[in-house]
Amino acid sequence: MSILSIRGGRAGGTPTARRAWWPGRAGHGFVAPYVVLLIAFGVVPTGYAIDFAFTDASGRFAGLANFTAAAADFRFASAAAHVALYLLFWLVSLVVLVVGLALLLHNLAARGVGKALRFLYYLPGALAGAASVMVWLFMLDPTVSPAGFLLRAFGLDTFGQVIAPGHLPFVLTAIAFWTGAGGWIVVMYGALNNISPELMEAARIDGAGPWQIARRVQIPLLRKWIVYMVILAFAVGAQLFVEPQLLAQASNGVAGRDYSLNQLSYDFAFQNNDLGTAAAVSVVLLVVTLVVAVVFVVKSGFFDAG
Amino acid sequence: MTVKVRADGARRSGRGRSRAALMALSGVLALTAVAACGGHDGGGARGGTTGTQGAFRQAPQSDGPLTVWVDATRLAAAKLYQKTHPSAKLNIVSYDGDADGSHYLQTKVSLFNRTRKGWPDVVFSTQNNETSWAVQAGFTAPLNKGLIAQSALSGWAHGAGDPCTVDGTLYCLRNDLAQTVLWYNDSLMKKWGYQVPATWEDYEALGTKVATEHPGYIVGTAGDSFTPEIYMWASKCGANQITGPKAVTVSTTSANCSRMAALLDTLLKNRTMAKSSVFSSDFDKNQAGKILMLPGPSWFGGALFEGTFKTPKGQIAVAPMPQWSGDPTPAVGNVGGGTWLLSAHSAHLKAATDFLTWVTTANDYQGQVAPGYPAYAPAAKVWLANRASSHFYANDIAAPLQAAAGQVWPGWGYGQFSQESIWAATVTPGMTAGKPIVSLLPAWQKAIVNYARSDGYQVKVGS
Repeated sequence: MSILSIRGGRAGGTPTARRAWWPGRAGHGFVAPYVVLLIAFGVVPTGYAIDFAFTDASGRFAGLANFTAAAADFRFASAAAHVALYLLFWLVSLVVLVVGLALLLHNLAARGVGKALRFLYYLPGALAGAASVMVWLFMLDPTVSPAGFLLRAFGLDTFGQVIAPGHLPFVLTAIAFWTGAGGWIVVMYGALNNISPELMEAARIDGAGPWQIARRVQIPLLRKWIVYMVILAFAVGAQLFVEPQLLAQASNGVAGRDYSLNQLSYDFAFQNNDLGTAAAVSVVLLVVTLVVAVVFVVKSGFFDAG
Repeated sequence: MTVKVRADGARRSGRGRSRAALMALSGVLALTAVAACGGHDGGGARGGTTGTQGAFRQAPQSDGPLTVWVDATRLAAAKLYQKTHPSAKLNIVSYDGDADGSHYLQTKVSLFNRTRKGWPDVVFSTQNNETSWAVQAGFTAPLNKGLIAQSALSGWAHGAGDPCTVDGTLYCLRNDLAQTVLWYNDSLMKKWGYQVPATWEDYEALGTKVATEHPGYIVGTAGDSFTPEIYMWASKCGANQITGPKAVTVSTTSANCSRMAALLDTLLKNRTMAKSSVFSSDFDKNQAGKILMLPGPSWFGGALFEGTFKTPKGQIAVAPMPQWSGDPTPAVGNVGGGTWLLSAHSAHLKAATDFLTWVTTANDYQGQVAPGYPAYAPAAKVWLANRASSHFYANDIAAPLQAAAGQVWPGWGYGQFSQESIWAATVTPGMTAGKPIVSLLPAWQKAIVNYARSDGYQVKVGS
C-alpha cells in the first residue's frame, strides 16, 4: 500500500527517482533473453547430461560406472591424446599468430591497407563452420586444390597422403585457424585501439621502437584479452568434432573417424545406443574445460580491476 | 538383450528423484526444461518398437504422403515411381545412403526413437548390414509375416536375402547383388596379346608383366574402403565370420588372408595396383584411363565405366573372378548390394509395401534403369538382356555375372561393425605410407576385435 501510494505520489517525479525503484532495469532487460537461452540450451542440457552420466540404462544411479566404461574403451586414450595434441597446436598458433597479425594490422591501420586486411581476416569466419571445412576438403586434395602445387612441393600427390595420421594435427589446426582466427584478430585489434595513444607516444619519446612497444607496452596490456581468448579457444578446441567428422566422410573413413573425444561420445550415443557413457565423456570434457578456465582466471587476475 | 539398450519406457519410469533434484539444480524455468527434455511426459509403450522379433504391432494407418529416403543413385527409382504412379503421394528425401558405414540412418532412427516420431516409411541403404541394429532398435518391419506374399519373395536370387534375415524372419529386401567379377579392357588385352587370368597366380604374373611392358597401367586398386570385400572376401579370408546375432570369429593372419595380402603387396610395389579409391578425384584424373583390369563388384560396370569414367563403348568386358589354383570351390566377394527397409512405425503400410515391391521387382526400374545387378532374378534377366542390347560391353556379361551371383563366399558375414571403415582407418593409411599389407594384418585383426567388442559381440580370435 505504502509503496503504491509513494509511487502514485511520484508519478510525475524525476527520472532519478524512477531509476531508484529498479536500478539497471535496461541492463537486466538486455540480459534476460540471453539468460533464458543460456538456461534452455546451456544449463538444462548440462544438467541432463550429468543426470545421464550417473545413471544406467534403466535410470538407476550407476556411480562412476559410465566413466570407467568410457575410460576403458579402446578408443578413449587415443582420442584424448589426439585432442591434447590438437589443443597444443591450435592454442599456440592462435596466440602467436592472432597477436602478431593484430599488431601488424594496428601498425598498418594508418596506411589504409589495414581496412582491407581486417575484412580479409574476418571473411572466413563469416562462413558457417561446416561450409568452411568443406572448402578445406578441396584445398587439401592435390588433384583439385588451387594450392595443389604447394602440396606437391611437400611430396604430397594424393589426398590419401595429405591426410596421413601424422599430418592430422597440422591439418585440423590449419582448418580451425582459418575458420576461427579472423574474429579474434578483429577483437585484438579493437583491444589495441583501446590502448591510450599517450602511452604509446610516451614510449616512443623514450626511444622505444615498434618491436619494443609491442613487447613492453601492447602485449602486456593485451594480456587479459589473450587469456579470454585462450579460455574460449580451449573450450572450443576440446570439443573438436566438425573438422575430423567431415574429414572422415570425405576420406571414406581413412582419416578422422573416432579421432576426438566428442566423436567418441557421438559414437557411443548413436552407434552403441549407450547414452550414459556418451554423457560421461561430455561431462569429463566439461570438467576439464572448467578447471582450465578457473586456473587461467585465477592465475591471470582476470577479474582484478585495472 | 544387452543392458546398454536404452528403452525409453524403462528410463522414464525409474528416474523420478534424480530428475527432481536436477530440475531444482538446473533452475527456474520449468517451461524451458520441459521443452528441452521433450519426451519426458509420462509413459506409454512405443508402438512396434519392443525390439523382440516378430512382435510387430502396426501403427494406426492413415492417408498421407509416403516418406522415402534414398541415396543419390536411387533418387531415379523414387522419381520413376512417382511418374508411373501419379496418384501416389511421395515425400522423397535424399541422404548419403549410409555409404561407407556413415551410420546416418542409425543415428537418425535412434533420435526418432527418442522423440517417437519422424521415422521415414521406406529407406534405401547402400549397406547390407542394417538389420544388425535396426531389428533391435525396433525400426524394421518383418516382411515375410504377412506384408509380402511368400510367392513374391521366392523370386529373389538364392542367398540374396541372407543379409536381411534374422532368426528366419526377413527384415529387408535386397535391391541389388554386388558379386565381384573381373572387369577388364578387352581392346587392350587383345592389342597387347594378353590372356585373361583365370587364377590369382596368373593375375599376379600378368600384373608383373604389365609393370615392365606398359608401366602406368593398372590391374586393380587397393585404395577403397571396400578393398577387403573384393580381395580378402574372395580369398576366403576369415576376417568376418559372423557365427550368431552377436558372435563373430576373427582371423586375419591365416594363410587365406596372407596369400592375398602378399599378392596385393607385390602389385602395389610394382605400381600396377593403384592406391586411390575409384571414387577419388585422383583416380578419375590419373588412373581411370589406364585400367587394364579391375576386380570389383557388379555395379562397377554401370556406376564406374558407363557413369563416372565414361569409357567408350565396346572396350570393357567381364570375366569370372580369378581363383586360387587348386581350390575346387570358386569363391567371389561382395561389395554392398543395397537393401530396402520398411519402417515398423509406418502409418502407410499398404502404400509402403506397394512401393517396396515395385522398386525391387519392376522391370521399369530394376530391369531398365537400375545401375546394379537386380537381386530379383526375373528383373536380373531383363537387366542382363538390356545391357547386352546397349552394346556397351565387349563380351557377353550375363554368364560370368550369373555364375558369380551364386559364388559369394558365405564365410564372410554381415555384422553391425563396418568392415569397410575398419579397413579404411587401420590398413589404408599404412598402405598409403608404403607399408606392406602383410605387416598390417595383425593390426587389422586387433581393430576388428575391438570394434566388434564395443558393439557387444562375443569375439573368438583365430581359425
